[in-house]
Amino acid sequence: MSAKATALLPVHEEAGAKLVDFAGYRMPLQYKGILHEHRAVRESAGVFDVSHMGEFRVRGAEARTFLNRVTVNNTRKLAIGQVQYSAMMTPEGGIVDDLLVYCEAEDEFLLVVNASNRDKDMAWLRRHAPEGITIEDESDATSLLAVQGPKAWPLVCSLCDEGGLEELPYYWFRHGHLRGIPALISRTGYTGERGFELYVRNEHAVALWKLLFEEGRTVDIQPVGLGARDTLRLEMKFALYGNDIDMETSTIEANLGWITRHKKPVDFLGKEVVRKHLAEGPPRLLIGFELLDKGIARQGATCHRGAEEIGRVTSGAMSPSLGKAIGMAYLRSDLAEEGSDFEVEIRGKRLRARVVPTPFYEPELPAR
Amino acid sequence: MRVPNNLLYTEDHEWILVDGDEVTIGITEYAQGELGDIVMVETQDVGLVFEKGDSLGTIEAVKATADVYAPVSGEILEVNPALDDDPQVINNDPFETGWIYRVKISAPAELDDLMSPDDYDEQIAD
Repeated sequence: MSAKATALLPVHEEAGAKLVDFAGYRMPLQYKGILHEHRAVRESAGVFDVSHMGEFRVRGAEARTFLNRVTVNNTRKLAIGQVQYSAMMTPEGGIVDDLLVYCEAEDEFLLVVNASNRDKDMAWLRRHAPEGITIEDESDATSLLAVQGPKAWPLVCSLCDEGGLEELPYYWFRHGHLRGIPALISRTGYTGERGFELYVRNEHAVALWKLLFEEGRTVDIQPVGLGARDTLRLEMKFALYGNDIDMETSTIEANLGWITRHKKPVDFLGKEVVRKHLAEGPPRLLIGFELLDKGIARQGATCHRGAEEIGRVTSGAMSPSLGKAIGMAYLRSDLAEEGSDFEVEIRGKRLRARVVPTPFYEPELPAR
Repeated sequence: MRVPNNLLYTEDHEWILVDGDEVTIGITEYAQGELGDIVMVETQDVGLVFEKGDSLGTIEAVKATADVYAPVSGEILEVNPALDDDPQVINNDPFETGWIYRVKISAPAELDDLMSPDDYDEQIAD
């Protein structure tokens, strides 16, 4: 099966991007280099084509109630124009996907899901939707550009025809126009930096990309690929589905307790396991670690204390901002405390590691 | 893609500069391009005696890890001191200042098994 193209693929090819197949799409891994792109986002501005993400529109008078049952966060608290980070869980307590929930109207919500889970998520939602709920997959018609970095935020604000975008708070969105291009403008992102995610119809994607680079040349705006997207999110300890969370991990184990509203008066899917993990303590916890010895711990490396295997690395890289090897791992929860030391096995060698506070990196202009 | 004429090559994208019974070893421009930004090089120590095919350390890029395999048998005479502080020297100048080891070879006949520039050029063109 050949990979699908986003509306921007010709632009990436022309820019000389190194392309990879990711979640069924031909996507840019990097343009000038991951370190260069990472730095651009931390210090100035970067643009990501993340059009592979899935967009589902959920409509119906009971849409809010339905979503309160299939997601762990509390959709009752979600105002029109607000965004919520959330997750769908199985009754067995695994994570079907993590997602953003946009409240468009009392009876209309937009869900943004991982590309790799699109089919699974749609099947899951349809299976649990009561009558009167419609779910439409708008992914193939929608492009998504993330514009992130301290100088990205004022840039996008300056392009907005409606004005007042500076006032839009973190995790809120509005519909507007960027120099005439209609977009859903969302104060969200996956980098820790201040910025926006811009949803447009495919036919506007190239025009928006060109507008951003034309107007962003004074701040040396850079195209950023999936490679730097991964190192940027890792420095913030943002979970990546398939690496750090999956069908076997609960939100409590994944340290996503803050989005898991276990007290909401709804029998949401996964509630029993959530309550059990909260009452008894989860068997393992997703922690952030730093290597004390020279090396880089990659996904799959085993964690040890003495003769005992106590966990597994789920993500790992050299942090471009910190110059240290960092990572995320599930550790037995009684050994997961900040400051505790363990060892990671890399190519037969044991390297010392320490559980550290996260996020690993604090942006100068925080997203919030 | 540059494939300098004065070097020999391996299928694993290493280059070898021969100078009598001493050789210099590095990775090719093609290899550094495939790996992307190199963030760490783990090397073996000076004095190590090794056989052809042994692992001589690893090159860590942001997204990938590559082993360095000994293209010939010998003993490590020198490790590029620049690699510790600036591993990206391999990205920036793979054939010159981005060299990795200087080695005294113990089995000169093994050099005959290495690839010519033309053969290597053909391999990376595929």
